[in-house]
Amino acid sequence: MTTFSTSRRGLLKGGAALGLGFAAPTILTSKAFAASYTNEPKGSTVTFGFNVPQTGAYADEGADELRAYELAVEHLNGEGDGGMMGTFSSKALKGNGVLGKKVVYVTGDTQTKSDAARASARRMIEADGAIMVTGGSSSGVAVAVQGLCQEVGVIFMAGLTHSNDTTGKDRKANGFRHFFNAYMSGAALAPVLKSNYGSDRKAYHLTADYTWGWTQEESIAAATEALGWETVNKVRTPLGAGDFSQYITPVLNSGADVLILNHYGRDMVNSLTQAVQFGLRDKQVNGKNFEIVVPLYSRLMAQGAGKNVNGIFGSTNWHWSLQDEASQAFVKSFGQKYGFPPSQAAHTCYSQAILYADACERAGTFNPCGVVEALEDFEFDGLGNGPTLYRGADHQCFKDVLVVKGKENPSSQFDLLEVVEVVPVANVTYAPDHPMFAGGDLGSCNAGV
Amino acid sequence: MDAILLQILNGFDKGSAYALIALGLTLIFGTLGVVNFAHGALFMLGAFCAVAVNKLLSLDIVTLSETQTTAWGTPLEIRTPYAEVWFGEIGSVLVDYSVPLSILVAIPVMLIIGVVMERGLIKHFYKRPHAEQILVTFGLAIVLQEIIKAWFGANPIPQPAPGSLRGMIDFGAAVGFEAGSVVYPLWRLVYFLFAFVIIGAVFAFLQFTTLGMVIRAGMADRETVGLLGIDIDKRFTLVFGIAAVVAGLAGVMYTPILSPDYHLGMDFLVLSFVVVVVGGMGSLSGAVLAGFLLGILQSFASMNEIKQVIPGIDQIIIYLVAVVVLLARPRGLLGRKGVMES
Repeated sequence: MTTFSTSRRGLLKGGAALGLGFAAPTILTSKAFAASYTNEPKGSTVTFGFNVPQTGAYADEGADELRAYELAVEHLNGEGDGGMMGTFSSKALKGNGVLGKKVVYVTGDTQTKSDAARASARRMIEADGAIMVTGGSSSGVAVAVQGLCQEVGVIFMAGLTHSNDTTGKDRKANGFRHFFNAYMSGAALAPVLKSNYGSDRKAYHLTADYTWGWTQEESIAAATEALGWETVNKVRTPLGAGDFSQYITPVLNSGADVLILNHYGRDMVNSLTQAVQFGLRDKQVNGKNFEIVVPLYSRLMAQGAGKNVNGIFGSTNWHWSLQDEASQAFVKSFGQKYGFPPSQAAHTCYSQAILYADACERAGTFNPCGVVEALEDFEFDGLGNGPTLYRGADHQCFKDVLVVKGKENPSSQFDLLEVVEVVPVANVTYAPDHPMFAGGDLGSCNAGV
Repeated sequence: MDAILLQILNGFDKGSAYALIALGLTLIFGTLGVVNFAHGALFMLGAFCAVAVNKLLSLDIVTLSETQTTAWGTPLEIRTPYAEVWFGEIGSVLVDYSVPLSILVAIPVMLIIGVVMERGLIKHFYKRPHAEQILVTFGLAIVLQEIIKAWFGANPIPQPAPGSLRGMIDFGAAVGFEAGSVVYPLWRLVYFLFAFVIIGAVFAFLQFTTLGMVIRAGMADRETVGLLGIDIDKRFTLVFGIAAVVAGLAGVMYTPILSPDYHLGMDFLVLSFVVVVVGGMGSLSGAVLAGFLLGILQSFASMNEIKQVIPGIDQIIIYLVAVVVLLARPRGLLGRKGVMES
């Protein structure tokens, strides 16, 4: 017969070992050792993913976006002159990175193609450990990448995307848009068009045949019809059509006295140039001067179209000639680094990077759900568009919108657009369930892992 | 009727570009048997000859203003073109006429590019399958367009027509319509006339010169011509150069119609191949005929009245016609028997 005996010390040791054994799995899966969200940063750095068009039709725009992101990273890490960090109303960022971690970045090439953009975003998230993705120069790309970020659980801070769908039917909890949209362009432009061209006009639309073009056409047509304008025709044109002459010649005999070009980038440059070549601006129809409207302008696009933009109205998210303290600080910072003024794409991308970093700092975490909470209904100022609200209901920024006109006598190759009106935010705000934005559902934030 | 006439004119414009590119493609295929997918890139390089000449003529002296500063606090740069500093009024005219003047530069440049391309790369693929020729020439096209993008950027660079040719012309009045009913950009008519002259010159060269006759003989029976002691390879290298010049000149003169960017060649390449196939592989007159025919059909298919009946027809009409033509006449409209059949 064997007897089992133990001392009090032995019992205590055994109990401790047993306790550790039971506790081990819990310790190993606790926040101290395992990531609680996708790409939770463990070291001294945090990686941002800049997904911009580096090739393709919007490559120049993408290059400007990348310049802005690099500038933002410098400023976040406390280098350079700080740019709009000094004017930003939130003072959470201290210039020592984000949450004490130095910001580093990886880049991807969207090629302005949805599939390529998703692939490069996935690579940045899965292989490079990007905590967030930002960028793009197309609504098609924005919608595609926003969907991916929602699936894998990172934040998407959209770059240049103007389609209503991005924060409308395709809105996502993990996606945020600082840029304005087609509805806001229509709301801002309509009163200016009325005061300059009257309320008795016949408009002809040429529209890029994809999500952005459709929603812009719908928005501008609704806004101008509300003025009393008649929409004579809406013609869809293939992306990258090059020569638009066969679409422009029918305008000549259509009875229309306004041509609205719902085109962007290279298509805009070509269609506007050719419309001017065909003498539309010298034409008189219905006893009125024929007019052309470009609802969405960019400085880079105006450079491509040259003198053809003279006197043509459009809208823009931001322009480097704005005289507020924040815009001037950004122009100075960007201009001194690169030798030319930033585009609106550069401005919105810089702002998105700063807004994301600030939200992390205020939330005290990089966890996407914490960041979503910090950004929703966040009110700020000092990023160049006056007081701004990141509306929680659809993650769309609401701020003043600029109506611009092609400058008659530009003083330099960059001085192509003049701001004719800063339309107050109240005039461009709409309800989250507005019919043009209906059908979307933010869902809930996804932290991934 | 006015609308129809306008679309016919548009068709002639597009057709002119298609015909000029397809003419060079056919010339290369007919002589060398090479399917040159870099031909669109040659059109694009021609366009960038115009851009380069314009940039060269617009080179300027930069002085810093003592009184004005930029928005970012540095002294404002004041630019004065050298051409104006050195030649005054004549300098301004030179800049204004940079597109037609570019022809003088484009001819030797494109000839050299064509010859170097043929001797340096294409000749190594004469006896290789068409699939390999397509792959290597397509690769070359991508390399060329990436070089242009790296050098000139991705955005289109507008090249205005000379001031005196920039306006509109009352084409309707000239052909008996009501005055002002059909006005058309003057430069587009210039482009059509230019294409007509170039096509005529190529045909005249092949028809009436000794070298042209040798080339035609070589196209019909290369081996026999070689047996007569004629170095047909050298002649065919020249043909490649001429085809490059034709594509390049088409590109130079097209720049005021469509602002050139690095992707310009790819936009025209596929359509031009369809044109060649519809016209008949190896048939020069077929390429020209099909170029104009498809250009006009494409313009008509873009009319609202037609698009309302068949949505999207403007984007598929060329391929639809190609299918119909090839079903009814497999060798194309004016194709020779035996070509591509062995």
